[in-house]
Amino acid sequence: MKGKYYLLLTLVATLVLLLGLVGCTPAADDTAPPVNGEEEEPGPEFDGEIKIAVTGPMTNIQGEMMWWGATMAMEEINEAGGVAVGDEKYSIRLIQVETDEIMDPLGAVSAVENVIVSEDPDFLIGGFRTEAVTPYTDLVARDYQKIFLICGAATNELLQGRVDEDYETWKYLFRVTPIRSTDLVRVTMLMLHEVAMAVREELGIAAPKVAILAEALEWNEALVQGAPAVYFPQLGLEHVGTFRPSATASDVTTELRGIEASGAHIIYTIMSGPVGIPFGKQWGELEIPACPVGINVEAQKSGYFPATDGFGDYDYTLNTFALNANITDQTIPFMTKFMDKYGQVPNYNADTYTAVYLLKEAVERAGTMDTDAVIVEMEKTDRVGPAGRIVFDEIHDVIWGPGYVTAVGIQWQEGDLVACWPYEWRPDPQNAPDLVVGFDGVVPYQIPPHVLRQWRGE
Amino acid sequence: MLLSDILVYGLMNGAVYAMLAIGFSLIFGSARIINLAHTAFFMLASYAVFYFGSNLGLSPFLSIPVSIILVVLIGVFVYYVFMEPIREHETAVLIVTVAIALVFQEAVLIIFGGHYRGVSSIISGYISPFGIRISYQYLLTLGVVSLALLTVWLLLMKTRLGIAIRSSAQDREVANLMGMNVARIAAATMAISVALAAVAGVMVAPLYTLEPHMWLNPLVLVLAIVILGGLGSVKGSFIGAMILAFIEVTVVFLLPGGAFLKVAIALAIMLVILIVRPEGLFGVYLEGER
Repeated sequence: MKGKYYLLLTLVATLVLLLGLVGCTPAADDTAPPVNGEEEEPGPEFDGEIKIAVTGPMTNIQGEMMWWGATMAMEEINEAGGVAVGDEKYSIRLIQVETDEIMDPLGAVSAVENVIVSEDPDFLIGGFRTEAVTPYTDLVARDYQKIFLICGAATNELLQGRVDEDYETWKYLFRVTPIRSTDLVRVTMLMLHEVAMAVREELGIAAPKVAILAEALEWNEALVQGAPAVYFPQLGLEHVGTFRPSATASDVTTELRGIEASGAHIIYTIMSGPVGIPFGKQWGELEIPACPVGINVEAQKSGYFPATDGFGDYDYTLNTFALNANITDQTIPFMTKFMDKYGQVPNYNADTYTAVYLLKEAVERAGTMDTDAVIVEMEKTDRVGPAGRIVFDEIHDVIWGPGYVTAVGIQWQEGDLVACWPYEWRPDPQNAPDLVVGFDGVVPYQIPPHVLRQWRGE
Repeated sequence: MLLSDILVYGLMNGAVYAMLAIGFSLIFGSARIINLAHTAFFMLASYAVFYFGSNLGLSPFLSIPVSIILVVLIGVFVYYVFMEPIREHETAVLIVTVAIALVFQEAVLIIFGGHYRGVSSIISGYISPFGIRISYQYLLTLGVVSLALLTVWLLLMKTRLGIAIRSSAQDREVANLMGMNVARIAAATMAISVALAAVAGVMVAPLYTLEPHMWLNPLVLVLAIVILGGLGSVKGSFIGAMILAFIEVTVVFLLPGGAFLKVAIALAIMLVILIVRPEGLFGVYLEGER
């Protein structure tokens, strides 16, 4: 009897374990309740449906943003009569794919393959962590020949060295958001320049010292290597150290102590993972006397301020949108609608919104769902969206620069997230001295008050 | 300056690691249970204090004890329902504890989502002795952790329950023959063990980022610490925790560009020590001093 009891318990335990593992395993999740119930079945007025799989870490904010942005576009398109494919009208249906790629990049590949096999989506959009997106875009393009619009991963090599070197294999891949890593470096260097000028003017320090705090991940290698070697000398900055915590580190006090000991006036941050929160909190609470600037994806979110207990104030990070920056005439309406609907400020992942529209318009121009025909039309894309004018270059990457997509620099200022870059930016003072780029509503950058106090000896 | 930095930060990190490792070691020593859900209780306590404090608005003086008590009750319940009946089957216990941890993780994911959460410090601000900035929350954590460890030591060494736990750890069969209720002793040890994890969880919640996988990294460290210190040895766990913490901090200060390697380097040094001393530093299950 006792033996049976043990056997039963062991079976129950194994079952629970399996259930737990199933819960941990990323899987296609089109049957899960859609966010706020927005998913729609094709109505009788449609002749068919276009299935778009949205792949991302859906229990994390990055995945939620992807899903919400795509959902908003899907609703708008379906309400406006759907997608004209030749003489027929198709509705759009989204399929949510939980890739869990922040915690389990390899499992993400299975999740994407699973949805392709089981649902046969027409297109895929999304992808956040390069370590996951690299293998699953490989699968999508090479094995299944499906169009994939990257909406979250910045690494150059997702397109460079693929589309340019073997077009036939990789022509299915495009990047909508964010701009590529090297352009991220460029923008963050412009933001860094702005901070360095403020340090020079307000603190009287001619050659500010910069420490790099970069999570140890593949996507930021170009930034970590290139910034101090190439850009810092050009900007008259002294590099005093590079600190590389894990992307999931929950405590960076030791790193911050090292930065303080290095005498840095500026911390160049390159973080996409949760480490951004302990950084903001501990930097502010310990009043580390250095100005953070760069990329902190966590700081792009509405929840950053409460998550850091308010200590993340004055963190300055790159983003795609900002509430006070009228990048195009679509920016503020998009952001307002998004915030009304989901109660969150959209981050760059939410530009799946534009990605869905790009697919719709390419299909309509092609007049068919044929993949090759749609690719040809995707390459002709020239569309103004909330983040700027989207045009693809020869490797299917979104073009960065004045008149295209520039990105914005956003700073937390007394609890509000405001855009500070581009603020009276002169991209080419030598050849085009009159060219000044800026968006309505952008405000000047502010040095954190505790940094000012400490360097002024107050 | 570098030496004082390493000493201060090593001590602070080591105290939290020790808290977790000693709880883990205690239940193994007393009941031979390798509780892989140990750091999941730490996670539950962190989320509980977030829920009671940030969501319900309770003061820390209320939310902290309520969280600890709640997690201890969950721990005891889990012990009686899932562990006690199969305690003799060590492999089954191992699997069950992993399952319990995953269930906790998924439950937290469902209830709170995968968002990264923060908890307000009980005391905000910092002091800077020797030019080193230490937040009050860190100091408070160090104080509470030290107090908790002292309490556990006194409990083990000076009380009847402590004597029972130690004798049960030395030889359960003889303890049973001497009239001790070893099942009840194991349950009490489980409660103490979970309480240690819960205290660590509520104290570090304002220092760390809360997310449903936050139990995994500490589990790796705890396993490394108890293996280094000697499985089942409380003293070994304390010393092992300090060694790993000091290695980690030293790596960050001496090799800032390789800070992400701190855990890997600490584990590599642990392996070297184990090659020299396979049973760990204090690796005798039935050591006399416990």
